[in-house]
Amino acid sequence: MPDEMTEIVMAQTPPILHGPSEKERKYDRQLRLWAASGQAALESANLLLVNSGSGVVGVETLKNLVLPGIGRFTIYDEKLVDEADLGVNFFLDQGSLGKPRSRCLTEMLLELNPEVEGDWYPKQEVQWSRQTPELDGSRAYTPMLQDTSLESLLESSPVFTSVLYTHPVRSEYIPLFEAYSRLHKTPLVAIHSAGFYSSFQLTLPGAFAIVDTHPDETATTDLRVLSPWPELVEFARAMTRDIDKLDDHEHGHLPYLVLLLHFLDQWRDSHGNQYPSTYKEKTEFRNLVQSGARTDNAEGGEENFDEAAAAVLKALVPPSLPSGLREVFEYEPKDLAEKSSGFWIIASAIKNYYAENGSLPLPGSLPDMKAKSGVYIQLQNIYKKKAREDVTDILRRVQATPGGEHVDSAEVELFCKNAAHVKLINATNGDAGANFTKVDRLKRVVDQELANDEFAEESLMPLSLVPIYLVLQATAHVVSASAQEIVAEVAKIVPHAEQNERIVKAAQEVARAEGGELHNIAALTGGMVAQEMIKIITKQYIPIDNTCIFDGISSRCQVLRL
Amino acid sequence: MAAGTVYPASEPTRWKYLDRIRTRPGPYTDESTFDGSVVAETMEKMSILVIGAGGLGCEILKNLALSGFKNIHVIDMDTIDISNLNRQFLFRQSDVGKSKAEVAAKFVMNRVKGVTITPHNCKIQDKDEDFYMQFQIVVCGLDSIEARRWINATLVNMVDEEMEDSLKPLIDGGTEGFKGQARVIYPTMTSCIECQLDMHAPRAAVPLCTLASIPRQPEHCIEWAHVIAWDQEKPFPQLDKDDPEHITWLYQKALLRAQEFNISGVTYSLTQGVVKNIIPAIAATNSVIAAACCNEAFKIASGCAPSLGWPENNYMMYSGNDSIYTYTFKHERKEDCPVCGNLARELIVDPEWTLGELVESFATRPEAQLKKPSIRAEKKTLYMQSPASLEEQTRPNLEKKLVGELGLGEGDEIGVTDPAFATVSFKFRLKFQKA
Repeated sequence: MPDEMTEIVMAQTPPILHGPSEKERKYDRQLRLWAASGQAALESANLLLVNSGSGVVGVETLKNLVLPGIGRFTIYDEKLVDEADLGVNFFLDQGSLGKPRSRCLTEMLLELNPEVEGDWYPKQEVQWSRQTPELDGSRAYTPMLQDTSLESLLESSPVFTSVLYTHPVRSEYIPLFEAYSRLHKTPLVAIHSAGFYSSFQLTLPGAFAIVDTHPDETATTDLRVLSPWPELVEFARAMTRDIDKLDDHEHGHLPYLVLLLHFLDQWRDSHGNQYPSTYKEKTEFRNLVQSGARTDNAEGGEENFDEAAAAVLKALVPPSLPSGLREVFEYEPKDLAEKSSGFWIIASAIKNYYAENGSLPLPGSLPDMKAKSGVYIQLQNIYKKKAREDVTDILRRVQATPGGEHVDSAEVELFCKNAAHVKLINATNGDAGANFTKVDRLKRVVDQELANDEFAEESLMPLSLVPIYLVLQATAHVVSASAQEIVAEVAKIVPHAEQNERIVKAAQEVARAEGGELHNIAALTGGMVAQEMIKIITKQYIPIDNTCIFDGISSRCQVLRL
Repeated sequence: MAAGTVYPASEPTRWKYLDRIRTRPGPYTDESTFDGSVVAETMEKMSILVIGAGGLGCEILKNLALSGFKNIHVIDMDTIDISNLNRQFLFRQSDVGKSKAEVAAKFVMNRVKGVTITPHNCKIQDKDEDFYMQFQIVVCGLDSIEARRWINATLVNMVDEEMEDSLKPLIDGGTEGFKGQARVIYPTMTSCIECQLDMHAPRAAVPLCTLASIPRQPEHCIEWAHVIAWDQEKPFPQLDKDDPEHITWLYQKALLRAQEFNISGVTYSLTQGVVKNIIPAIAATNSVIAAACCNEAFKIASGCAPSLGWPENNYMMYSGNDSIYTYTFKHERKEDCPVCGNLARELIVDPEWTLGELVESFATRPEAQLKKPSIRAEKKTLYMQSPASLEEQTRPNLEKKLVGELGLGEGDEIGVTDPAFATVSFKFRLKFQKA
């Protein structure tokens, strides 16, 4: 395998005395989570925050994005800083009093990271207004000082990659956000924090697919012991041909993977060529593996056989299509832009491959196991080689697809490696018909949640947090309302809301806040929203679908698709 | 429902949002103990201790200052490093090398009028019980299990049933990547950090023989350079994990070894990660966990809403990797907890073991995690790590078998001490079982 050798040598001849750069050192703790690719995505993001009310949750969100080095942010906030702001917002001080809140917040946030750019609105700007025509038909333009409106900000600025707004927001702004989001395919985040409660909702412009989902390491092992390819079979058989004649050292260092393949051969010889499939058979098989261990040695057993026995139940699972990928396979790309994107071209190539082979491309990684170094590396290379062949196969299919010639081979490789863990968010295939509105969906989910609560005691499930969402929604555009007013508003969604004790109590709790934020709840929510923004911007990890509700009294949250 | 009377603090306009909540009962407030008229004043008089001025600590100081606490102390022995700046937002490039506790305290005091923050640039172990006795609540934002166990054991020991004030609620936060947890402990009353130790099992150590003769992973090569090559060659008098020159030396050693065995994947960043046991950390997660902790501190101090800790749930797990998921539950106290329980904990031991093997096993047992244990049986000292004379005297015991040579039997109790937890003697009851 000459090409593998070169690859290893190449990979290992680094600029040896070249330590990490200043920037790599500063961002070290986060690069370990989202790598250079995620960092580059963050640095090219451009966010707009439309800030309202007591104004903390949005700023706490931005803080958590400025620190890791988001490219650029803009704050639109119509308020002037008052005394009450200083008791709840950390990014304002005595000197901010009376000044535009957007400007003070922007300046203080920019202090956190010199690499980030920021701007604020509204500003007083000269606007040339056109007067009625003079007699000769000419028009005079008169200069006037005017605040930039949100509308003109949205029209004039370079495209924002996401728009966040916080409640209570002016209701007339909502259509502006929604139109902007549709036009530019911009994710929209609505955030509401009041007293001990908060919620936020993510509106994504269509289906959102993630390849780099970062599953737990234990979930990614895929050894294919039930469908080994010839090279692997040969390797294992060669190692175990004279298994009983091996000396103790060799015997105790047979990799568990090789042991599983060896004993599976043995099992099939005595079971009509069938693999162990039922739980009982697998247990018998495990005993068979364990019985192969030598116990007359100094240790009184063999670690590699212990590893093999422990791996039986997990490794002997026939291949199946993971639910996340099934959803991808079943999804019909909506428009041309979607159809011609790398993701959907690769997905369709893998779908064809799966239909033909009954298995996914091999991820190609091998977990650590007791073995001699050389043997382990050989095995690792057998897996890597098969994985590379699979990538080549998929790449060929991709390139044969119209538009596929532009797809990057690195993207194909990443997809193949993560195929089993790919995830689709906000796929709308399931929702019936165009007449099914957001309100219909909300009503349906609320009904379901409140019905579940009736059995919460028996099912030992925590109570739904949907009442919190409802009372926050009821105060989304009003600064303060009495508990009765809030309940009356909720009653438009839930008939007889006044008879639901949890809705009434949630309304009383929100009424206590009178629209004001508690700093802790705003900071906590700002942390959650920032995590979601990072996931969306880097296209790594899995964002919520689509609403998160937090209860600061019981200290827990719930995610619902609303 | 009329929302009730607001009892403003000394600066009513500034704290109006806070006062609306903390001085008026809500639907979940326990009104039998709540008196809104005294909340602001009570909180202003309280002293609260923050342990750690790092990623969580910076957030905790900000949050407490904006929650109505006026008298805050903070302990941290660390100085500011450039890799802190991606999340520890009270520090700037020009602060690198300065004391975390001092810079953080000064920043928050400048920003939030009327708050006093006293920094302590030292180890928590440097302070005595008198120091800890002055606080009403302790909030921890630490990255080390050992420091958590120490403060936990200290607070448990301080509880005096005759003196109500001696019981200090301990609020603890921790994060790793997009995950974290927040928990509230009432020492001696509810499950303590030691009771919950098995929730934070140590990483399984790689056997020495793997490092020495059969490496397979890049990490094995790095550990070999760190544990074996460094000791053999002693390129510098003392390994300083923060010195890039030292890390570079280890990296190059590891790289050569990896080449010898055809192992790929040794990088500078991985070397640093393995040697320093770096845990990924971001501002967003710190923000969530620190605020969850401070929210509990606020509820405990004001009584305006029920808090975690007692009698029901005391632990919130948070995960943001795949959507957002919290699990808030009650971790039960353990009667055989070596710190807060009354019973000796069962310890499963191989009857073939020598004392040396038992001593070694303490480091990796999830329920013990003791690196330098000294062991006593009921009637005699079996092994002492220090002083040197006693160590020498008891060292021959390490070679002896527990059963037979040392005369230990089923159900015997042993006491274990460790210099990391000076005040505690861990009690274990032996149960022999062949491995």
